[in-house]
Amino acid sequence: MTNPGSQAELVRRSLKRRYRKERRFRFYGIAAISIALFSLVILFTDIVSKGYTGFIKTTVTLEVHLDGELMYLNDASDPEQVAMADFQAPIIKALQGYFPQATSRADKRELSRMTGSYASNQVRDLLMENPDWLGSTRTIEFPAHDTVSVYVKHAGDPGYSIRLTEQQQRWTDELLGKGVVDTGFNDVFFTSGDSREPSNAGILGALIGSLLTMGITLVIAFPVGVAAAVYLEEFAPSNRLTDFIEVNINNLAAVPSIIFGLLGLAVFIGLFGMPRSVPVVGGLVLALMTLPTIIISSRAAIKSVPPSIREAAEGIGASKMQVVLHHVLPLAMPGMLTGSIIGMAQALGETAPLLLIGMVAFIVEIPDGFFSSATVLPVQIFIWAGSAEQGFVELASAGIMVLLAFLITMNAFAIWLRKRLERRW
Amino acid sequence: MSAISSTMNPTAIKESDMPEADPKKAPIERPADTVIEEGKTVGVPLSDDPKFQLRNVEVFYGETPAIKNISLDIARNEVIAFIGPSGCGKSTFLRCLNRMNDSIDSCRIKGSLQLDGQDIYDSKRDVVELRARVGMVFQKPNPFPKSIYDNVAYGPRIHGLANRKSDLDDIVENSLRKAGLWNEAKDRLDAMATGMSGGQQQRLCIARAIAVSPEVVLMDEPCSALDPIATARIEELIAELSESYTIVIVTHSMQQAARVSNRTAYFHLGHLVEVNDTSKVFTMPEHELTESYITGRFG
Repeated sequence: MTNPGSQAELVRRSLKRRYRKERRFRFYGIAAISIALFSLVILFTDIVSKGYTGFIKTTVTLEVHLDGELMYLNDASDPEQVAMADFQAPIIKALQGYFPQATSRADKRELSRMTGSYASNQVRDLLMENPDWLGSTRTIEFPAHDTVSVYVKHAGDPGYSIRLTEQQQRWTDELLGKGVVDTGFNDVFFTSGDSREPSNAGILGALIGSLLTMGITLVIAFPVGVAAAVYLEEFAPSNRLTDFIEVNINNLAAVPSIIFGLLGLAVFIGLFGMPRSVPVVGGLVLALMTLPTIIISSRAAIKSVPPSIREAAEGIGASKMQVVLHHVLPLAMPGMLTGSIIGMAQALGETAPLLLIGMVAFIVEIPDGFFSSATVLPVQIFIWAGSAEQGFVELASAGIMVLLAFLITMNAFAIWLRKRLERRW
Repeated sequence: MSAISSTMNPTAIKESDMPEADPKKAPIERPADTVIEEGKTVGVPLSDDPKFQLRNVEVFYGETPAIKNISLDIARNEVIAFIGPSGCGKSTFLRCLNRMNDSIDSCRIKGSLQLDGQDIYDSKRDVVELRARVGMVFQKPNPFPKSIYDNVAYGPRIHGLANRKSDLDDIVENSLRKAGLWNEAKDRLDAMATGMSGGQQQRLCIARAIAVSPEVVLMDEPCSALDPIATARIEELIAELSESYTIVIVTHSMQQAARVSNRTAYFHLGHLVEVNDTSKVFTMPEHELTESYITGRFG
């Protein structure tokens, strides 16, 4: 204090130290973001590189002569005959057109495993739809067998083992050269439900299931959560009971999600007798799981509304309800939406509670309502990731990409909504 | 500016009257031994034609008393200024007048507070109706984050004062005119109110308060966040409004109190020490504490 020169010196020295600290702190921040971005890049590269082949399908296009004699069928509209008929035979016959020497029983079996297991069903369905096709020659595109598809897409990839016999590999190469076996955009993946056969399996069923489930979750969790938050913040007296409720809400936010699944199983299915595997129950369970998140963030949003706005409205003579509806809620809405986005994103990615209420079932049909059996995206990915057929590996990765796209779309919509509300007020 | 020029500078007078008050050591010397007798107010606290009749008012925050046994009348169409050092309870007392303290859980109010002979704190009293009659302007300009028009129209809308759009337009225009904001705002009624300057925002808040045609306007340090020019405009406005409204203004600026008010009430540590005509308070204060405060010895 006595020597002003030394004080300036002290300040200057401390200044240096302060700036060094600041630089170090900034470096830590940049490092943290870099690590996060790097991990994200690795994750995406891995998923995309593994999964993009899921969007490619392998097909076998054949000129099939629908010979009634060969199929033991002379009337395709007769269900009894259809049940007895052999629809695999014309496919093998068509393949034999390319490989006339493959006539032994073993060769025929290998030929039948060039097309997917459901190829014969495809012929049957076509004939049942068009009984007059019997006896004619038609060009039909079949999904290739899983093993063929893996060979076509992943030959030489150490991550996949080729399960084709050498003869089949030769055939496949030859057919590829002739354009009979071909690859294309996997429209099946986006237009069908699950299947035992990877080439027939699609994500649409799970996508619709997720959409229905999320719809129920949003419709229940958002209004209930906001109403609870508004009541607790604005109207509830502060006493032991409200303290107790607050502690419990905070605790519920940390309860493992599988507990909510057990609750759903016991209450919705056990007590109320609701059906298993349906989006309504899934949505209810996820709504319960999401509620604490929405309530907590909504309360924070309401708390952050400046008291001056509240006072201004009260000062003019707005009633409590008018203050809340006209001023507090609109100003808190962006914050509430942010909390809901987080809650919904969590719910979208949730698998465990849905396993318990039966949404893990193998469901081929695409759900057509809130009460039809369904599965959801993460559960579908879980099922595929655990399946034996190699074709499901890439489908699981492709499913993850669809899930991420769903999530991004959902969040983008919520952010757009938030921006709009912010502009209005 | 008429309000300013017509008033003398009170501090200058006091200093010449009191040669023993040395301005250099004045701020340290506190009249701590001055005894305030509870419930005893010097001057003229009562009125023949009261708008507010406030008797033996006590306010507690929890167990802490904030207002100690105050009795005061606020006359019809007068401008009364509440002055006093920070924490003396003037804002608390002001907020009792339209029950803005209701939202504070720990706040308890005793005594009798009447507006036109009716009890303000009667359990059957509708606070919404009360606040429609007793409007308030706050320390910090607090326009709603809406358009200028919607800010002014909000009160009339919620109280159902206008049935037709044209009626509402008239109310908005009149209120903005009274608040001296019409010329600046008429071309941008749809603009966000939060985009205006601080002084404009405060005048908008006044327009918003008078749009519901209150009988009384309470102002809690309305100019403390404004620059001198904006302050002068608000003060002019108060002078104009005083013709049709009863105005209670809390202020930290003694010059402002001297300029705008008819009567001045001096608060000290929760007591109402002195109430008198403004000119009298600033020229011949009766109480020792009032004198110390207005001569700048503390506060």
